[in-house]
Amino acid sequence: MATAESYVLAIGTKKGLWLATSPDRKDWSVTGPHFLMSEVPSVGIDTRDGRTRILVGVRSEHWGPTVFHSDDLGETWNEPEQGAIRFPEGTEAALERVWQIHPDAESRPGVVWAGCEPISVWKSTDGGEHFELNRGLWDHPHRGEWGAGYGGAAAHSIVIDPSGEKVHVAMSTGGVYRSLDGGSSWEPRNKGISAYFMPDPNPEFGQCVHKIAADAAVDGRLYAQNHHGVYRSDDDADNWESIAEGLPADFGFVMLTHPRRAGTAWVIPLKADGERIPPEGKLAVHRTDDAGASWKRLDDGLPRAEYNSVLRDAACVDSAEPAGVYFGTRGGSVYASADEGEHFAEVASHLPDVLCVRAASVSQAFIPASGLPGAAVNA
Amino acid sequence: MAGISVVLPSVLQPLAGGQPLLTAPADSAVTVEGVLDLVTGEYPALSRRLRDETGAVRRYVNIYVNGNEIRRLQGLATEVSPGQEVLIIQSVAGG
Repeated sequence: MATAESYVLAIGTKKGLWLATSPDRKDWSVTGPHFLMSEVPSVGIDTRDGRTRILVGVRSEHWGPTVFHSDDLGETWNEPEQGAIRFPEGTEAALERVWQIHPDAESRPGVVWAGCEPISVWKSTDGGEHFELNRGLWDHPHRGEWGAGYGGAAAHSIVIDPSGEKVHVAMSTGGVYRSLDGGSSWEPRNKGISAYFMPDPNPEFGQCVHKIAADAAVDGRLYAQNHHGVYRSDDDADNWESIAEGLPADFGFVMLTHPRRAGTAWVIPLKADGERIPPEGKLAVHRTDDAGASWKRLDDGLPRAEYNSVLRDAACVDSAEPAGVYFGTRGGSVYASADEGEHFAEVASHLPDVLCVRAASVSQAFIPASGLPGAAVNA
Repeated sequence: MAGISVVLPSVLQPLAGGQPLLTAPADSAVTVEGVLDLVTGEYPALSRRLRDETGAVRRYVNIYVNGNEIRRLQGLATEVSPGQEVLIIQSVAGG
């Protein structure tokens, strides 16, 4: 007998985490906050191994960053005593913020990656309870020349191919780096991506890539939303070409790809570096179904006027069919689409600045009949 | 042994088994760093809230010895005598 599915949406904000559930991705029950007054810049939902584990990067302005996890949808939270992510002695570094928590493929249960500030990549093999620093990237000779974007200096995108050997990381600022040996060694891969803000606008590295994502069905194809510029690579990032034509602006933070279908990606453009608002104050998602050759504007269900931006991890897709698309704004509104962006509905409003969202389908059996813990929030 | 009392803010007390006050055994002067090592040894999550991996006191954590914030004294090298009190307070910050 098939198990009834439900959907969980985790919303990380500047002042805590909210969780939403829905039987159909249309009507949502939102509860929270968890970790009130701590920012939640990263969240991962790991549905492998027959459980639903929510991993949360939490950062208190006073008490610093840490990682919590819950195996009961927020009823209880666990924090490894010594900290899940801890710079080893000799690095003379301290963790500032966890920007990315990325469960690896189904075929590698237990493996979870993290991208952090200062610029670093970490790997866990125990479901995110303990992470090990990737030394290849930490000791990279370019490190001294990497810079900080406005939000800090961090590795924010980690893309692993099915084999586990080919890994792409994007950092702000430093650009895209690629490893062909599972993360042991790394080389910059930014040819074709502009760094207009540098004396040499086409450097080997130093680009401010905001987000990268892999095409689900075409080996070697990647997409990038840059600090001005939207790009595609068909050769594992050896070369990048612009796919910004047809978009109202080439600035933004979000880059999403379809969980299964080749050529489909979503961006949420902002007007410009100096004007970080939706173009003309009209919020819209744009989707390509032909790998960037053309774009379709999607704004059904979105507000007529919106002047808040959408941050790089404040958008996600789920793995359902058709794919769900979710995003939140710095104005605290969260929107969900159950049909790949054709129609959106507001999940929540007036939350603190949304920093990250992640969605997953889970067995209905995991959802308590009384709902998730925390106070209910009306959209 | 008189010991040195460390007073925790309420928000951190759950990380010390609910205790509002921890006592570092000492019969002579100890640095603040030594006091923190003594009282947080059993409570690593508490330790991480106060100091980062390099051992530095977190930016918005204020530690007072006899009413004086240690950044205006000798920092973590500030000496505390038995019978004195170490007070930990989060600074007024954020929005």
